[in-house]
Amino acid sequence: MFESFGNLVAFQMMRLSPESHLGAAVQFFVMDATKIFALLVVVIYAMGLLRAMLSPERVRDFVRDRPDWQARGLAVTLGAVTPFCSCSSVPLFIGFVEAGIPLGVTFSFLIASPMINEVAAVVLVGVLGWELAALYVAAGLAVAWLGGIAMQAFRPERWVEDYVWKIRMGQAARLESDNTLRARHRYAVAEVREIIGRIWKWVLLGIGVGALFHGFVPASWVADHLGGGAWYTVPGAVLLGVPLYANATGIIPVAEAMLAKGVAVGTTLALMMSVAALSLPEMLILRKVIRWQALALFAAVLAVAFTLVGWGFNLIV
Amino acid sequence: MKNIKVLGSGCRNCEITANAIAQAAKEAGAVIELEKVTDIAEIMSFGVMSTPGVVVNGEVVHSGGIPGPDLVRSWVRD
Repeated sequence: MFESFGNLVAFQMMRLSPESHLGAAVQFFVMDATKIFALLVVVIYAMGLLRAMLSPERVRDFVRDRPDWQARGLAVTLGAVTPFCSCSSVPLFIGFVEAGIPLGVTFSFLIASPMINEVAAVVLVGVLGWELAALYVAAGLAVAWLGGIAMQAFRPERWVEDYVWKIRMGQAARLESDNTLRARHRYAVAEVREIIGRIWKWVLLGIGVGALFHGFVPASWVADHLGGGAWYTVPGAVLLGVPLYANATGIIPVAEAMLAKGVAVGTTLALMMSVAALSLPEMLILRKVIRWQALALFAAVLAVAFTLVGWGFNLIV
Repeated sequence: MKNIKVLGSGCRNCEITANAIAQAAKEAGAVIELEKVTDIAEIMSFGVMSTPGVVVNGEVVHSGGIPGPDLVRSWVRD
């Protein structure tokens, strides 16, 4: 349906040739933009209606006072299902520290949260198929689990800013929510507007980059340089992704275009994770609570983890 | 006079929330004292982790996201 709409706009209304670079790029852009935004609206609305999104306050209550492995399992799972805005990562970090949750567990949450969320997962299934979606989610969960443990091994407590330890949180007020269907509908519509209002730029940018790649990069060039999965392509993809930032949904169309041109699966996954999870703005925000040594370590641990994931998949697939 | 605090460290949604409250108070002809709390320690002391949060007369009435117009009107009304 979305493909034929893309064909209609690019080849009939704009009269571009399907063989031309521009024609291929425009067709890809229209197809993906309509498809991804339609998926986003449906998924976010459905989750809003079910009130499936957890607030950070609830997550904190779930994770606190548990043995390490349980806390980590919950942190990774809840991180994966809560799309939280990077602007709340500071209160979240402080809240976790104040609740006595180990820093390694907090880092597991901070890794899982931007990388995996149910919105991105549904878009992944819709655009790239469920096999790749499952690979991405499984690899992301593993990285979050092990990344937190690796961070813990370096005793990051010494790098937490002093004032963080002194903050005492008040008792969170239990806000009762209106559970009528009308209130749920209103809440769901507000969620759709809020989340799409926040991410649409990243998504459009991702679709634009994907469309340019699809239309203008020849498959033969990809086969010569990226197709074989030469060892250096994976760390290259990770390094490329560090300064680049898009949210997890925005990078999906780029991955789609790369895979279609024959870029190796491991290389593509490494780039996706690096772009989604490692971002300069988030690092700068976290700098308010931890010193730069911890941030550098965080970036290094993730870069190594993504490289290993990429190499692993290039070997297997 | 009602005291309303908007909790948030300067994010865009916090601005929008504060403006919505000021606007609603003007429309209702209510006189309120509107404060913006940006200090993270003070925000957390209310038990709020997701901003923007709203506190009316010392009681947390909302957290995490822009509040709906009905809710905002109910806060400024006496």
